[in-house]
Amino acid sequence: MDKIYTPSKDDFEFIAEQNINVDKNFASQGYWRGVATHFLKNKFAMTGVFLVGIIIIFAVFAPIFSSYAYDEIVSITDSSGKEIVAKSLSPQLSGSEQNLFSDKTFLFGTDDLGRDLWTRTWQGARISLIIAFVAIFIDMLIGTSYGLISGFFGGNVDNAMQRFIEIAGSIPTLVIISILAIFMEKGIGLVIASLLITEWIGMSKISRAECLKLKEREYVLASRTLGAGSFHIIFKQILPNTIGPIITQVMFSIPVAIFTEAFLSFVGVGIVLPQCSIGSLIEAGFNNITIMPYQILPPISVLAILMLGFNLIGDGFREALAPKLEDM
Amino acid sequence: MSKYIAKRILISLLTLFVIIFVLFVLIRIMPGNPFPVERMSAEMIAQKRLELGLDKPILIQFVDYMKMLLSGSFGNGTSLYNGAPIKPILLKCLENSFKIGVLSILFGTVTGLFIGIVAALNRGKFLDGLCTIFSILGVCIPSYVSMIFLQYTFSYKIPFFPYFFDPSNFLFSSIMPSLSLSLFSISTIARFTRNELVEVMNSDYVKLAESKGIYGRQLIKTHVLRNALIPVVTVIAPLVVDLLTGAMVIEKIYGVNGIGKLMVDAIAGQGVDYNYVLALGIVFSALYIGVMLLLDILYGIIDPRIRLTAKKG
Repeated sequence: MDKIYTPSKDDFEFIAEQNINVDKNFASQGYWRGVATHFLKNKFAMTGVFLVGIIIIFAVFAPIFSSYAYDEIVSITDSSGKEIVAKSLSPQLSGSEQNLFSDKTFLFGTDDLGRDLWTRTWQGARISLIIAFVAIFIDMLIGTSYGLISGFFGGNVDNAMQRFIEIAGSIPTLVIISILAIFMEKGIGLVIASLLITEWIGMSKISRAECLKLKEREYVLASRTLGAGSFHIIFKQILPNTIGPIITQVMFSIPVAIFTEAFLSFVGVGIVLPQCSIGSLIEAGFNNITIMPYQILPPISVLAILMLGFNLIGDGFREALAPKLEDM
Repeated sequence: MSKYIAKRILISLLTLFVIIFVLFVLIRIMPGNPFPVERMSAEMIAQKRLELGLDKPILIQFVDYMKMLLSGSFGNGTSLYNGAPIKPILLKCLENSFKIGVLSILFGTVTGLFIGIVAALNRGKFLDGLCTIFSILGVCIPSYVSMIFLQYTFSYKIPFFPYFFDPSNFLFSSIMPSLSLSLFSISTIARFTRNELVEVMNSDYVKLAESKGIYGRQLIKTHVLRNALIPVVTVIAPLVVDLLTGAMVIEKIYGVNGIGKLMVDAIAGQGVDYNYVLALGIVFSALYIGVMLLLDILYGIIDPRIRLTAKKG
C-alpha cells in the first residue's frame, strides 16, 4: 500500500495581492436597508406615517400647552360681566365676532359639563395610544415566545400548546371581558388586561409559522452542531429572522387595540370618568349628537385617522418585507 | 363527507364543553361576591348561598349546572333586582339580535359579492376604481363611526328611517341597523372577491376554457366563481364573528333589546350578575363555535380538496 501523501510547502504558490481580481463594481444593500428604501418610496405608507405622526405629536404636546386641564370645568365671563360655566359651547375663537360670551378660545368647543374639548380630545388620544402601545408590546412578547417555543420543539409540546390556543381562541373576546369585569375595577386596567388575553394569539400563530420554516435552515443545524442550546437557537438565531412579519402584525394589531378600547368605552365597560379616552369621548358625543353634533366630530376624526394611518403603515410594511415582482 | 362532518361536530362539541367548564370554574373561583354586600346581612347571604347551592363542591355544582343546561334551562339571575328565570329574557333578546345579524350577513355577502364581481369584470376602469376607494374606506373607517354617521344622516337629518329599532315594525326599522352593521363586511368581501376573481381570471385553466369557446356568464359561473369563492368564505368566517362585537354597538346606537345589550347590562350595571354572565358566555361561545363549524362544513362542500386532506390526516 502506498504511503498517504502529505502536502508540503512547495505545493502551494503564493498569489500576490495584485493578482486577485475582485469585482468592486456592484451595488450591495443590506436586507433592512432594502426594506427601508422600499417603505420610504411607498406613498400610501408615508401618508400613514404622516397621519399617525401628527396625531402622536398633538397627543403628546397639546395637553401640556393647553391653558385648561382635561378635567377642569372652565368658567367664562359673559357680556354682562357675570361668571358662568362654559357649558356646551360650540367651537369659538377669542376675539372673533361670533364669540359673544367670552375672551376665551375653545377650538373644539366644550362639553356639557363645561370642559374644553380640545384638551380632552388630545388627552383621550394620549390614553388610547398608551393603552394600545402597552398592550400590544406585551402581547408581542408573550405571543412571539409562545409561538417560537411551540414551533421549535414540535411534537407533543406543539400539539398541547396548539390545542390550548384553539380553545382560548374560540372564547369570544366579549366573554373574556365580562369574566374579567367580575373581579377587576372598570378602567384602563380592565381594557389592557382584555387586550392582553386576546391579542397575543394572532402573533403566536405568525411566529410559529415563521419558526417552522426557519428551523429547517442550515444555519440552525450549524449552530446546533456547534453545541448551542435550544433557547440560544430560538431567541438568538431564529427570533431576529422573524422580526419582519411580527412588526407587520404589530402594526395591524395597534388599530385593533385602539378600536377595541374605543368600543369598550363606548358600551360602558372601559375608561371611567373624569378620565377620558377616544371611546368615552365618542360615547359622550353620541349622547348629545342631535343637539350638539360638533362634540362627536373631533374624537371620531381622530379615531378614523389613527385607524387609517396604522393600516396604511401596516400595508406598507407588508409590501416592503415581501416585495412582489411587479412592484420592483 | 359524512365522516368529515361527524368529526367536525364532535370536535366542536368537545370544545364547547371545555369552554363551559372553564367559564363555570372561573366564575366560581374568582374573588368577589355575587350579592350586594351593603344591602344584605351575613345571614341573608348565607341563606341565599344555600338556596343557590353555592356551598357544594365546585365539581358537583358543575354537574348540577350541566344537568340544568341539558334540560334547556339557564337557571335564575343572581342579583336581587332580577332573580327571574333567565331563559325567556335571553330568548327574546336572542331573537332580536339574530334577526338583525342574519339580515346584515345577507346584506353584506350579497352586496359585497356583487360589488366585487362588478369591479373584477370592469377591472382597470372607472367602476373598479370607485369600488376600490369604497372598500378601502369601509375597511379603514371604524364601523361604529360609520354607523353613527349613517344614523345621524338618514334617521335624523333626513328623517326617512326610524331613529330607533322597533320590534313591532321589524322589517322597516331593522334596515338601518343591519345596513350599518354590514358596511364593514360589504367592503371586506368586495375587496377580497375582486382580487380573487382577477387572479383566477388570469390563471391558465380559465384561459384554456376561454380558448375552448366558453365565455360570458357560463365561464364566470362554472369556472371562475367556484374557485374564487373559497378564500372569500374564509373572510366571511371572522366577519360573522365580528358581527357579535358590532352587534353590541349597533344595539346601543339603535336601542335594540339584544344579547349584546344584555351582556353590557350584566357587567356594567349595578354589580355583576354571575348567572347572566355565565349564560351569555355560553350562548356567545356556542354561537361562535356553531358559526365556525358551519363554515368548516361549507369549505368542505365548496372545496373537495379540504375534506380529502382531512380524511387522510
